Amino acid sequence: MERDERVFILGEDIGIYGGAFKVTEGFLDRFGSSRVIDTPISEAAIVGAAAGAAHMGLRPVAEMQFIDFISCAYDMLTNYVATARYRTGLATPMVVRGPSGGYVRGGPFHSQMPEAAFFHTPGLKIVCPATARDAKGLIKAAIRDDDPVIYLEHKYLYRRIKENLPDGDDLLTPIGKARVAREGTDLSLLTYSATVWKALEAAEELAAKDGASVEVLDLRTLVPLDDAAIMESVKKTNKVLIVHEDTRTGGVAGEIAARINEQAFEWLDGPILRVTAHDVPLPYSPPLEDFVLPQTADMVTAARRLLAY
Amino acid sequence: MAAPAARKAPVPAGLSADALLEIYYYLRLTRSLEERLVNLYRQSKVIGGLYCSLGQEGQSVASAYALQPGDILSPLIRNVGSMLVMGATPVDLLRQYMARGTGPSRGRDTNVHFADLEKGYLGNISHLGDMVPVTAGMALSFKLRGQRRVGLVHVGDGASSTGAFHEGMNFAAVHRVPLVVIIEHNGYAYSTPTSRQTAVERLAEKAKAYGVPAETVDGNDVFPVYESTQRAVERARRGEGVTLIEVVTYRRKGHAEHDDQRYQPKEEREHWARLDPIDRYQRRLVAEGWTEEAGLQAVDHRVTAELDAAVATAESEPLPHGDSALAAVLADPPEAESPAAGSVGGDGAG
Repeated sequence: MERDERVFILGEDIGIYGGAFKVTEGFLDRFGSSRVIDTPISEAAIVGAAAGAAHMGLRPVAEMQFIDFISCAYDMLTNYVATARYRTGLATPMVVRGPSGGYVRGGPFHSQMPEAAFFHTPGLKIVCPATARDAKGLIKAAIRDDDPVIYLEHKYLYRRIKENLPDGDDLLTPIGKARVAREGTDLSLLTYSATVWKALEAAEELAAKDGASVEVLDLRTLVPLDDAAIMESVKKTNKVLIVHEDTRTGGVAGEIAARINEQAFEWLDGPILRVTAHDVPLPYSPPLEDFVLPQTADMVTAARRLLAY
Repeated sequence: MAAPAARKAPVPAGLSADALLEIYYYLRLTRSLEERLVNLYRQSKVIGGLYCSLGQEGQSVASAYALQPGDILSPLIRNVGSMLVMGATPVDLLRQYMARGTGPSRGRDTNVHFADLEKGYLGNISHLGDMVPVTAGMALSFKLRGQRRVGLVHVGDGASSTGAFHEGMNFAAVHRVPLVVIIEHNGYAYSTPTSRQTAVERLAEKAKAYGVPAETVDGNDVFPVYESTQRAVERARRGEGVTLIEVVTYRRKGHAEHDDQRYQPKEEREHWARLDPIDRYQRRLVAEGWTEEAGLQAVDHRVTAELDAAVATAESEPLPHGDSALAAVLADPPEAESPAAGSVGGDGAG
């Protein structure tokens, strides 16, 4: 926002309160009420107004207080924002961001991962950082992008991961590029967002107990998906486990598996396996949530099955 | 025969003789263009549905005519007249309806669904009410940048039932953005009469819920629509925020050309036909001595010639190539997408 005066933010309780998770704390004092705009509880209006302002050359960043509420703006995002360039040639450079995901005892409406619905919508980009570096690098890249970007920040990671980061322009994470989070040769574990950390734990355990070398690929961007990085890893390890926190049916893993099938079938030495949430609304009580969401132990079990091929 | 100059009544809103004729030009152009489109539809040259504004052209032209260069208008499907005033051309609209690759949306969308922000229009989408938040966002950008520009968005009586309309009105009102919202009350949303759409007596009453002023005007009379819109536009330009205008009119055709209108009483249609906005405007111009019959006829000839040329152009142009459908979903289609989406996955056996 200091670099580019076209950037402004809007959302619920983002001003004096600094947002439900204090992501925008201090912004109001620093940038003033014309660039830090508190809105009514109106996700469709927030997204729609951001689109209109983006058409006029501004670069709005819209906050969903919890990303679960992005469904209230589903029509605006999928029918208006996603199609504007295709139909009319108008650019809509805007970001919709919000606290995403579970493992926090948030219950059905404060824990969702909403990517699948938008993954299925041509015209929107989706990024999901897992590290502090990428959180910064991808928000900057998203704001500078000429297309609408959905930026999913995982609330489980907010105060759990820390990194010292340099200021300035050198820290940009390109949209559309995956990252090898851990090198390996026996199995590729593909994932994104908070489950990157659980995947790294699983890889560590498999190395220690099984002597297996697991590669963890942090996808970072879901649209456009980094097919090249995925296929490179598949061709190296020949075994693929895809992990995501979102529910299973119609999830991103299915599409990744199909692409591997189309582009690297001959390189596979076993079935492509998935570890995901079960197909239920995410429940509240800790034993229920823990059971439904993918855990490190689930990844270890699935990896062992695959390593046996 | 013109009356002596001294006895002429003053023209409302101080419209000049040239402006009166220009408004007549847009009214006639709108109606004649739609008549041409109906003919083309019957010859199966219009692809898909055709949505006409017969009887509603007056408000469509008059409201847009109250805007200034730099203002932005978002139309509804029946606001061909507004689009033409803002600078869209008949050939653009013909290309849209005839799905030509040369059209402003390159065959990707139809009717008024196209945009030119330089000229000042942003076509709507089919999801009614959505353009209220979007136009509010454009108006918000004017406010944030201190520009003296105004947004105007048309919705129908049906769209005023949507959540997007409510959210957009409320957002715009709270942030006092320079926006004019026109509810085009034409009696029906497809086959649903307004009495089944809302329990309020007048749609303008909805303004109270947002704390904004409202007016109800006769939508079949060019002058009050023009004057009301001008008041609202100037109010917005002064930084006084949103105005809601309900224009009362009537949809004399079906929702689209295929609609047999079985739900509209014949007497009702005949009543509104007698209130035709173009006939009324034309009669008044001549009766008041503001213009002469010959001047109007000259406009009619000009419109005929322009539409002959536009139809010939659109008819001569090709449909788009099928593979042009893949381009420009995003600004910079990444290389990695092409093999997966285009050749491997896209060619999968069906």
